[in-house]
Formats: sequence, C-alpha cells, structure tokens
Amino acid sequence: MWPIFHKLGSPPWLYAIAGSILRWLLPITLLALVTGAVWGLLFTQPERIQGNSYRIIYIHVPAAVVALAGYYVMALAGAVSLIWRMKMADVAMKAAAPVGAAFTFIALFTGAIWGKPTWGTWWVWDARITSMLILFFLYLGVVALYEAFDNKEAASKACAVLSLVGMVNIPIIYKSVDWWYALHQGATIKFTGESSIDSSMMYPLLLMIGAFYALFTCCLLLNMRVEILQRESRTQWVKKLATKAGRP
Amino acid sequence: MTAPAAGQFCLRLLRRQLLLAVRRPVEIGNPLLFFAMVVALFPLGLGPAPGTLAGFASGVLWITALLSNLLTSDAVFRSDFEDGSLEQLLLAPQPLFLSVLAYIGAHWLTTGLLLALVSPVFALMLNLSTAALGALVASLLIGTALLSLIGGIGASLTVGLKRGGMLISLLILPLYMPVLIFGSAAVQAAVSGLPAGPYLAILGAMLCLAIALAPLAMAAGLRISIDA
Repeated sequence: MWPIFHKLGSPPWLYAIAGSILRWLLPITLLALVTGAVWGLLFTQPERIQGNSYRIIYIHVPAAVVALAGYYVMALAGAVSLIWRMKMADVAMKAAAPVGAAFTFIALFTGAIWGKPTWGTWWVWDARITSMLILFFLYLGVVALYEAFDNKEAASKACAVLSLVGMVNIPIIYKSVDWWYALHQGATIKFTGESSIDSSMMYPLLLMIGAFYALFTCCLLLNMRVEILQRESRTQWVKKLATKAGRP
Repeated sequence: MTAPAAGQFCLRLLRRQLLLAVRRPVEIGNPLLFFAMVVALFPLGLGPAPGTLAGFASGVLWITALLSNLLTSDAVFRSDFEDGSLEQLLLAPQPLFLSVLAYIGAHWLTTGLLLALVSPVFALMLNLSTAALGALVASLLIGTALLSLIGGIGASLTVGLKRGGMLISLLILPLYMPVLIFGSAAVQAAVSGLPAGPYLAILGAMLCLAIALAPLAMAAGLRISIDA
C-alpha cells in the first residue's frame, strides 16, 4: 500500500495517471450521458400525473445525488491532507469544491424548473430544497475561504478544517431542516407521495446516476490537472511539458 | 501538565479576557445596542400591527441575536492575534483546546448571556406572548453559547486575513441554521402552549457536541492562521 501512497504524493505521477484515466473515462462518460439522456428523455413513458415534466428527474436526481457525495469527497480529501500532509489530497479537495457547487446548483435549478409546472411555484421552502441550498452555501464558503488566503498552503489547510466542520454539520442540518419542515407542514403543497418508480423509468435513471458520478470524476480530474500545473508551474517537468506541447 | 493546573490556567485566561472586556464597557454595550436597533427596524419594515409583530417575534429576536453574535465573533481572537499574545498561547504547554474554550466562554459571558437576559424587554416590545418569555431566555442562553462556539471556528480560520469580516459570515451562517431552527421553534412552541423542553434538550445536546468538537477545530484553525 505504501508505494502507492508515495506515488500519490508525486505531482507528475498524478498528473500523468489522471490523464490516462481521463482518456478512457471521458468517452465512457459522454456515451453514458448521451445514452441515458436519450433513453430517459425520449423513450420512457410519460408519467401518469405529471406527464412529460417528470423527465427532468433524469438530470435533477443524479445531480443532487452527486452533489451530496461530492461534499464527502471534498471533506475526506481534506481530512487526508490534514492527517497525512498529502499535498495531492488538497489538490483534490480544492478541485472538488467548485465542481460540487456546480452540481448543487444544477440540482437546485432543475428543481425550480420542475417545480413551476408541478407545484405552480419556482421555489418552496421544503426540507430537501432548503438543505440543498445550505449545502450550496457550504461549498461556496470553502471556495471563498480558499480565495481569501494569499498563502495557498494555509488556504488548503483552512479549507480542510472548514469542510470537516461542514461534514459533521451536514447530518445535523439535514435532520433539523427535516424537523423544521414537519413543523410547518400545514399550509404547503402536498407531494405526490413516495410511489415506487416503474422499472422502465428506473433503469435510465440508474444509468444517468452512474453517468453523473463519472462526470463528476472527470471534472474533478480535469480540475486537479489544472491545479497541479498551476502549483508546479516553476518546476522542471512542467516547463518540459509546456515546451514540448508548444513546439510546432 | 496536570489536569488541575491546566484548568487553573484556563480560568486565569477567562479572568483576563473578562477583565479586558470590563475595562472597555462600551464594547460590551455595543452588541446590545445593535440588538435593540435591529429589533426596532422590524416594526418599521413589517408594520406596527401587534398581531403581525407577535407572529414574527420569535424569529425576529432569534435572527437579531444571531446577527449580533456573528458581528462580535469576528473580534474574539483578533486583538490577541495582532499583539502576538495568541502566538504565545500556541507555544504554551497548556492545551490549546482549553485555552480557546476560555476565549469562547468570555465571549459568551459578555455577549450571549447579557443578550439573553435583556431579551424579554424586546420581546415585550414586539408583543411576544408573555408565556413564551421563559422559553425565549432559556433558548437564547443555550443557543448563544452554541453560536459563540461555531462563530469561534469561523474566527479562528479568518483571524489572519485582513478582510475577514464578510468572509466569516459566509462561512458560519450555514452552520448557524440548525441553531436558529431549534431556537425559534422552542419559542414558537411556548407561544402555542406546547412544551418547549424537547427543543431546549436538542439545543443542549448540540451544545455538548459543540463543546467537545468545536475547540478542536478552533485550535487547528488558529495554528493554520498563525502559520500563514
């Protein structure tokens, strides 16, 4: 296990391995995304009550699932960088924050679009929506904190601490918002109930969830490669890489 | 370092912080004045009808307390960071865990505690039902301590930054939200004649968790800020 650990600490190695993973993961992701989207959006039946508007779940649900998982990726990477002082772990943490924020935003945005025809309003202070909004704030807080430090090493450590604090808080936030909504249940919109999803609708959804996980990984790796190049811009191997690429 | 000695050190630190605060009474008064002013804004914005105000009172009081806590949190470590005494504290053999607890304790005693004690006056001005005053004070007593601890994490991470003020609110407001939910729910419950106990118990549980974990995060945050 330890050789891998040492290699993970080496920027050129990680840069190269991320590149070779992307080479096959990126096409697979695109294929899965296109297949899942076409299958879900065109070839499934309209839902009995919501008609065609339900189809947004093929974007909305995967984005929401990955947005939540992304926070844990970020926080765990932060923990690894704090505990084992692995520089590359905080590259991963830094790279995960904006990607996670983007997925959270997609989930909120598509939720609003779906809410308008279904609930008749763009926004409801529903427990899940509210906790996703708070998650979005948590992501942006990490991004903002990173940008505020001039010393980037301190920035990564501070962000790692913050994302760990957030990780402890996410279940508390989730439970508390859940409870708060239950208190105010009376006047709000009723949901269609947790009807079990038909398998013809479920398979494309599962494919899309897988595709979104892969998409998250691709974005993360791409972001990490950029971050590695930026951090190592003064080193020999990056200069060599740059001149090799720039040569006609 | 034996446990009693560390405890004694922590108490001395607490005394020092309180003494510093008492020497500048205006700074103790400022958060209360802020609280009063923001409370006065709401009738102006929402209209003075007693019914409207009573409906919003629990939320208004809690949000105002939260904001006033937020604004003072930024300063918890700042002056000691600037004059270098924080650095000495980091070098000291006493566990940083306890030292930061003393800072937060002093912060709570000079802001949250006083705020909770004067809150009934403002509650009456906002027409909150008198049956809920007890729950308001109790929820603010526990809740502001919790807010001070969470705010301290934000303060420790941003103390080295020149433009920390805005940033700290972005970092810790999302973490304040559960406290706000249970705090104002306790008051709401008391208003509608339900027991506020369960909400206070949850706040208390969160406080215990925060006392155990927040000092760790604060100590880590301070070390990072000093290194930067």
